[in-house]
Amino acid sequence: MRKKVIFKGIALPWLLLLPQLVITGVFFFWPAGQAIYGSFLREDAFGLSREFVGLENFRDVLADPNYLAAGWNTVVFSSSVAIGALGVALFLAVQADKAIRGADAYKTMLIWPYAVAPAVAAVLWLFMFHPQIGLFGKALNGIGIRWDYKVNGDQAMLLVIMAAAWKQVSYNFIFFLAGLQSIPRAVLEAAAIDGARPVRRFWTIIFPLLAPTSFFLLVVNIVYAFFDTFGTIHALTQGGPGQATSTLIYKVYVDGVQNLNFGASAAQSVILMAIVVALTAVQFRFVERKVHY
Amino acid sequence: MFRRTIMAGAVALAAGFGAPAQAQAQATAPTEIQFWHGLTQPLGGMLEQIAADFNASQNRYRIQATFRGSYPETMVAAIAAFRAGQAPGIVQMFEVGTGTMMAAGRAIKPLHELLAETNTRIDFQDYLPGVRGYYSLTDGRMMSMPFNSSTSVVFYNKDAFRRANLNPDAFPETWEGVEAAARALKAAGHACPMTTAWPTWLMVEQFSAIHNIPLATQANGMGGLNAELRINNPLLVRHFNNLVAWQREGLFRYGGRDGAADALFPNGECAMIFASSGLRARIMREAQFPWGVGMLPVYQGTTPINSIIGGASFWVMNRGPNAARSADELQGIAQFFAWIARPEVAAKWHTDTGFLPVTRTAFEQVRATGFYNQPANAGADVPIQQMLRGGGQMTENSMGIRLGGFVEIRTIIQEELERAFQGQQTGEQALANATTRGNVVLRNFERQNAAR
Repeated sequence: MRKKVIFKGIALPWLLLLPQLVITGVFFFWPAGQAIYGSFLREDAFGLSREFVGLENFRDVLADPNYLAAGWNTVVFSSSVAIGALGVALFLAVQADKAIRGADAYKTMLIWPYAVAPAVAAVLWLFMFHPQIGLFGKALNGIGIRWDYKVNGDQAMLLVIMAAAWKQVSYNFIFFLAGLQSIPRAVLEAAAIDGARPVRRFWTIIFPLLAPTSFFLLVVNIVYAFFDTFGTIHALTQGGPGQATSTLIYKVYVDGVQNLNFGASAAQSVILMAIVVALTAVQFRFVERKVHY
Repeated sequence: MFRRTIMAGAVALAAGFGAPAQAQAQATAPTEIQFWHGLTQPLGGMLEQIAADFNASQNRYRIQATFRGSYPETMVAAIAAFRAGQAPGIVQMFEVGTGTMMAAGRAIKPLHELLAETNTRIDFQDYLPGVRGYYSLTDGRMMSMPFNSSTSVVFYNKDAFRRANLNPDAFPETWEGVEAAARALKAAGHACPMTTAWPTWLMVEQFSAIHNIPLATQANGMGGLNAELRINNPLLVRHFNNLVAWQREGLFRYGGRDGAADALFPNGECAMIFASSGLRARIMREAQFPWGVGMLPVYQGTTPINSIIGGASFWVMNRGPNAARSADELQGIAQFFAWIARPEVAAKWHTDTGFLPVTRTAFEQVRATGFYNQPANAGADVPIQQMLRGGGQMTENSMGIRLGGFVEIRTIIQEELERAFQGQQTGEQALANATTRGNVVLRNFERQNAAR
C-alpha cells in the first residue's frame, strides 16, 4: 500500500543530497584521507622533507609496549565511563520520573553539567581531588588514606573515569528521562494491579522498553569515551603518572601535537578509526538484534 | 591532528582576508611584522609594552606582538603557519624547542645571517655565557635572539628552618646537607620537607650541568644530530635512587610534571622547592612567611660549575616553505632585536619580572642602582651568581642542551621517574628505560632531518 515517490531525472536528487555529501566529504573523507596518506610518510615538523615509509609507522606503533598499554587503558577507561555514566544516569532518571516535589528543579540541575566544557569539568574535579588543595583530596589524606593521583596510577585512572563519566551523565539522563516518559502509564499500572513490585516492573517492563534508548546511548557513550575525553585527561593527569591514564586518543594528541611526530600520530589515528568502525559495526550487528523498537 | 588542521585553516583564512588590505596600505603605512609570543599575563603585557615602545621610537616598522598560547602551543602554531605559508616574522620559542628550530633548515633565518645582511651590530660578548652558548652554534655564531632567560634555584621557608633548628641564613651546599635538613624538617613535623618543579629540568638537566657530567654525547647534542643520551650514569642513578627513597621516607614529595609543583611552596606546604628563578614573583606575592633563595646543591666531593638556562628566545622565521622574507622585513626585525638588546630594556625586564638580566651591562646597571641591597629584593642576584659559578668557564656539559624532540624526551624522563615513584621500577631502571626510549626519539629526529 506504500506510495512510492520517484524523482524524475537525476539532477534533483543529487542536488538535494549535495549539502550532506559536501559536509561529509569536507569534514570526514578529506581529513580521513589525509590521515591515511600521512600514516605512510615520515616527515620533519616543518614539512620540508618527506619520505614514504610504507607500513613502518604502523609497525613501530604496534611494537611499542606503551601503545599496547594505552590500548588496555582505553578498554578500562571507555567501558568504565560508558557503564558508569549509563548506570548513574538511568538510576537518576528513574528517580526523577517519579512524582516528587521539585522534580523540575531537580531535572534542570542534573542537566547542567552537560553545558560544562570538558577541560572546565576537569578543573572542577582537580579542585575537589587535588591531594594538597582539593577539598576531598585533603580530607582523604586527613583520614589516613594516601590519596595522591600524581604518583598512584590507579587513583589517577579512577579520577579521570569519574570526571569523564560525570560529564556524560547529564546527556544520558535527558535521553533516559524522555524514554521513560514515553512508556505508557497504562502498562505500568496494569502490572502494578497484577501485583508486580517496583523492581520487577523495572526489569520486566521499563528496561526492555528503554532498550532502543539504551542502545543509542551505548554507542554514543563509547564514541564519547574514545574521542571526547582528551580534554579531561589533558587537564587532570596529562596521561600520567607514567602512562597510567594515557588512552589511544590522548596518545594521538601527544605524538602529533606535542611531539610533532606526524607519521606515528597519523598511523595511530587510522588504527583508532578502524577500531571505532569495527566496534560500531559489532554493536549494530549483535547488540541491536536484542533491541526491540 | 584536528586542532592542527583548524589552526592552519584559521591562519590561512585570516591571511586571505588580510592580504589585500595589507597591499593597499603598503605605500604609506609602516611595514608590519608579526611577532608571536607565549607569555601569559602579566609577563605577556610587559613584553607587548616593549614592542609598543619600539614602535613608538620610529615609524618605519610596526611589530605586531600577539599571544599564541603557551610555549608548546605557540611552537605548534608557528609550525602549522609555516606549512600554510603564513609564518610570523618572529616567534618566541622555549628553550627545549631550540634543537628542533636549529634543525629547521630553510624554515628559519639564523640570527647571524640576519645581522650580517642588515649590517646590525649586537655585542654578544656582553651576554652571559650561559645565555649566549645556549642559542649559538659551536663556532659561536648566534642562531636566535636571547630574551627571557631564567635558571633554577632553590627557595626555602625560613620559618620552617628555624623550627627545625636549621640555620635559616645558609642553605646547604650539598645534597647530603639537604637530606639531613629534610630529615630535621620531617622530625619537626613538616609534612613535605622538599619538592621539585620541572622534574627533568631540575633533577636531570641542571643536575648534570652543575656536576659537569654529560647529558648526551656530542656535547649535549650541540655537535650534531647523532647524539645519544648519557643519563644512565652512576651519579644520576644514585640521585634517582635517593629521590625514590626520599619519597618513600616522606622527605621528598613529587608534585607533578612541569610547573605543577610550583603551588606547593608559596602556600607553605613544602619547606624547600627546587624551581625556576621565575617563581620568585609568585612567591613574593603569595607567601605569608619569610623565605630565602639558595643555589642548587651538589653531591659531596664535587665543585659545582654554572647552571644552565631555561626560558625562551626569539627566532626569525621565513614565511613558508617557498617564501623568504623581504629585505625590508629583515631590517625591521634586526632593528627590533637591537632595541631589546639595549641595557636599559634588558635591565627593566629583569627587575620587573625576575628573569635574568641577559647582559653583563644590564646586570651592572641594576646593581649600581642598589636594587639587590633592598630587603625586598634579597636573593634576586642568586640566579645570576649561580650562572657565573665556576668562574664563568663553561664546559661542554654546561653550555646547554640541544637535542631534537627534546619536548618528548623531557616527558619520557618524567614518566619513567613517575613509574619509579609508584614502586614499579628502581631509579636505575627508570634511567635505563628513559635512555632507551629517548634514543628512539633522537634517532627518529635524526632520520627525519637527515633526509633533507
